Amino acid sequence: MFSPIPQLMDDFLAARSQMALSLGFHIVYACIGMVMPFFMAVSHYKWLKTNNEVYKHITKAWSKGVAIFFATGAVSGTMLSFELGLLWPKFMEHAGPIFGMPFSLEGTAFFIEAIALGFFLYGWEKLNKWFHWFTGVVVGLSGLASGILVVAANAWMNSPAGFDFVDGKYFDIDPIKAMFNDAWFTQALHMCLAAFTATGFAVAGLHALMLLRKQHNDFHYKSFKIAATFATICALLQPISGDISAKDVAKRQPAKLAAMEALYTTEKPAPLLIGGIVDEKNKTVSKAIEIPGALSFLAHGDFKAEVKGLDQIPADEHPPVAITHYAFQVMVGLGTLMMLIAAIYFFILWRKKTVLTSSWLLKLFVFATPLGYIALEAGWVVTEVGRQPWIINGIMRTKDAVTPMPGIAWSFYLFSAIYLSLSIIVIFLLYRQIKMVPVHYQSSKNN
Amino acid sequence: MEQIVIAFLCLAILLYFLLGGADFGAGIIELFTSTKNRSRTRQTMYHAIGPVWEANHMWLIIAIVILFVAFPVIYTTMSVHLHIPLAILLIGIIARGTAFVFRHYDAVKDEMQWLYNRIFRYSSFLAALFLGIIAGSVLSGKIDTNATSFADAYVYGWLNWFSISVGLFTTALCGFLAAVYLIGECKTAEDTKRFIKKAEYMNLAAVVFGAMVFVSAQLENVPLLSWVLYNKVGLIAVILASLSLVLLWYLLLKGSTKILRVLAGFQVTMILLAISYAHFPNFIRLKDGNAISLYNTIGPYKTVQSLGWALVLGSILILPFLGYLFYKFQQKEE
Ligand code: HDD
Ligand code: HEM
Ligand code: HEM
Repeated sequence: MFSPIPQLMDDFLAARSQMALSLGFHIVYACIGMVMPFFMAVSHYKWLKTNNEVYKHITKAWSKGVAIFFATGAVSGTMLSFELGLLWPKFMEHAGPIFGMPFSLEGTAFFIEAIALGFFLYGWEKLNKWFHWFTGVVVGLSGLASGILVVAANAWMNSPAGFDFVDGKYFDIDPIKAMFNDAWFTQALHMCLAAFTATGFAVAGLHALMLLRKQHNDFHYKSFKIAATFATICALLQPISGDISAKDVAKRQPAKLAAMEALYTTEKPAPLLIGGIVDEKNKTVSKAIEIPGALSFLAHGDFKAEVKGLDQIPADEHPPVAITHYAFQVMVGLGTLMMLIAAIYFFILWRKKTVLTSSWLLKLFVFATPLGYIALEAGWVVTEVGRQPWIINGIMRTKDAVTPMPGIAWSFYLFSAIYLSLSIIVIFLLYRQIKMVPVHYQSSKNN
Repeated sequence: MEQIVIAFLCLAILLYFLLGGADFGAGIIELFTSTKNRSRTRQTMYHAIGPVWEANHMWLIIAIVILFVAFPVIYTTMSVHLHIPLAILLIGIIARGTAFVFRHYDAVKDEMQWLYNRIFRYSSFLAALFLGIIAGSVLSGKIDTNATSFADAYVYGWLNWFSISVGLFTTALCGFLAAVYLIGECKTAEDTKRFIKKAEYMNLAAVVFGAMVFVSAQLENVPLLSWVLYNKVGLIAVILASLSLVLLWYLLLKGSTKILRVLAGFQVTMILLAISYAHFPNFIRLKDGNAISLYNTIGPYKTVQSLGWALVLGSILILPFLGYLFYKFQQKEE
């Protein structure tokens, strides 16, 4: 179709980039919205139990930050529910009725979350104190439920179920079976742990920084402990769950697994590659460290098993290998690092009962502030890019799903600018919140 | 179950117009408030919508989810041919939602407030306008699924007099709803008077733009008059809407604030009923004379079945809490 709009970027690429950008943006806010209510509930509980005012301040300080993130999460989520149609109408036309079940349940979960948040944020001193605490817990639980539900929808794209596909048509649609597809549990488990790890390290890191600056030890130490406890426990569990995911991927999406490991040729036993530079043209990897047999073990639980390489997959069904491989390396690398930090943290706690005297450990936590989120974004790149060229694995290609409207590049630029400015404002607001903590803290101490 | 799903869709759209619309309206009113009264307007508004705005906003999401799960053809036709106004609506929603929260939660109250306020006002206006334009386009019969040029396929479907008039009409209605809603929240007699004035102006604007909708319908060959006049339900709805308008003015002039909210909500409901009943279950009118109807495009049996159950069970869970939320925060603080 003729378009009066000058072409700056391939529309298909623009649509993919816009989708990736919106999701990558939303996921940060979604995870914070999912996890912070639990942190707040813990500190709120401690306040109600111990009457220690510090816990009340922590709860309130966090809840202000969360309100900002929650609103941003809500609008970017709204954006997404339109974007699925704006960018991928052919996909939604067929997939909507099949994988829509989790979205309709998610509606309920969101609604409950929004109502409970209304009670929680505006209910201080108005509600019975335990009921008020409970509304906070409900915010967390329903947030977690909605996270699990969307991930189940995404899992369906990786592992389509609940319909028969004959001659390009979809028959016998069963949305319940589609929701409980083979991938939903492993993905949801891994995602929830990731949300707690990422948010936990981010929050713990910020409070560790304040501790290093010797500000209000008590406030920041108590906050740090709550966040760090969640973060470290989940960081220890994360690799286990990741291993389950990898085995799952090996079964259902051998092409993705091969791309994650840049395994161009089928091998038995297959080595695990660490690092390395991928040459997509010549289908080779150089400068990688090889651990013999380890990939066979990771993928199939047997050091001698055969692992399918990309040579067994038609060339037009290969995902982009380099991006998938690098992203996987980043996720696993950071996951291992955070696991080590967690182990050290527990060791120090066990030996010394406090981490305050180990300023190097606090520094380590400051260093780890963004790591969880980087790993999380990388993990999503693995999942989504590794699924290409399919939008519904094995059923529909992404390029067949894209909107016929030309000029998507403009929409991509526009929304990139919006997301960028929103991110800047949110960071700015957060910075101000943190800067104001001493003021609020001091004033309430004097009363 | 089909009926239940359709009923929920209609309910979600109606409630989004009433509650979400009032929400947009709050920004529109602020836009048309003289500078010296703005901060008071803002405070009244914050008390009124702060606790419930998240929940109001959910109706849009419910409507969208019902559309893409149960009526994927409607959802995708709109997404493709109304891509541009939908994107603008989204920008409006993003901007106002974030600005509203940012201005309240910014720990330091300084010049940034100026920026948040600006964004909040203009984007509220934009969102309401484009919400109306989209609603108008769906009815306008200008959406062309066989178009061969960019403008026919993606622009003229919504850029026409009828859609724009509906957009302006919607904007005025949103402002009106918000003003009426806020009258009940005022703490001083002076504020009450101010919002009554606002409600009167907005109502006048709605009447003017409403007339414009009818005129443009004639120009663009939208059979609006016959929907309203030759259909019993349409006619009754219009009569009831007009009667409630008269009653509303009477109450406003008398300065009575009692049942204003109910009356305003009723009026808007009747207007929506009047323009949609005659061609129900058709949802999108197309340029080639065909229409996309709810019944013909409804999704597969099991999908509708489970969506219906999800909606019913969901509302049993939600409604009591929502009611309690509204109730709790309606109580005047002493
Ligand atoms: C804090 C974040 C984080 C960390 C530390 C890890 N992951 Fe992860 N990973 C994710 C965050 C994440 C994610 C963003 O949440 C993904 C994307 C989709 C999903 O379900 O989870 C993911 C996906 C994902 C997949 C693809 C699943 C699929 O496509 O269905 C595999 C195989 C792994 N991960 C494996 C691992 C391993 C072996 C780790 C060892 C340390 C690991 N992950 C740490
Ligand atoms: C929040 C975490 C997610 C992130 C960061 C993410 C990231 C991405 C990326 C990077 C792409 C582009 C892939 C490419 O074109 O090479 C993509 C595509 C896509 N994702 Fe995801 N994704 C996430 C979750 C989801 C979920 C939960 C859904 C739906 C339920 C989803 C639906 C899609 C769709 C429809 C596309 C476009 C088609 C495609 O390119 O595969 N994504 N996403
Ligand atoms: C892995 C991907 C995703 C996760 C884990 C996730 C999780 C969440 C969570 C926890 C919230 C609550 C808001 C908050 O607390 O900030 C939220 C909001 C929202 N999400 Fe996502 N989401 C994901 C992807 C998506 C996708 C693909 C869509 C749309 C198709 C979507 C639609 C929404 C909507 C509409 C909201 C707003 C609801 C509200 O107003 O509270 N999300 N998401």
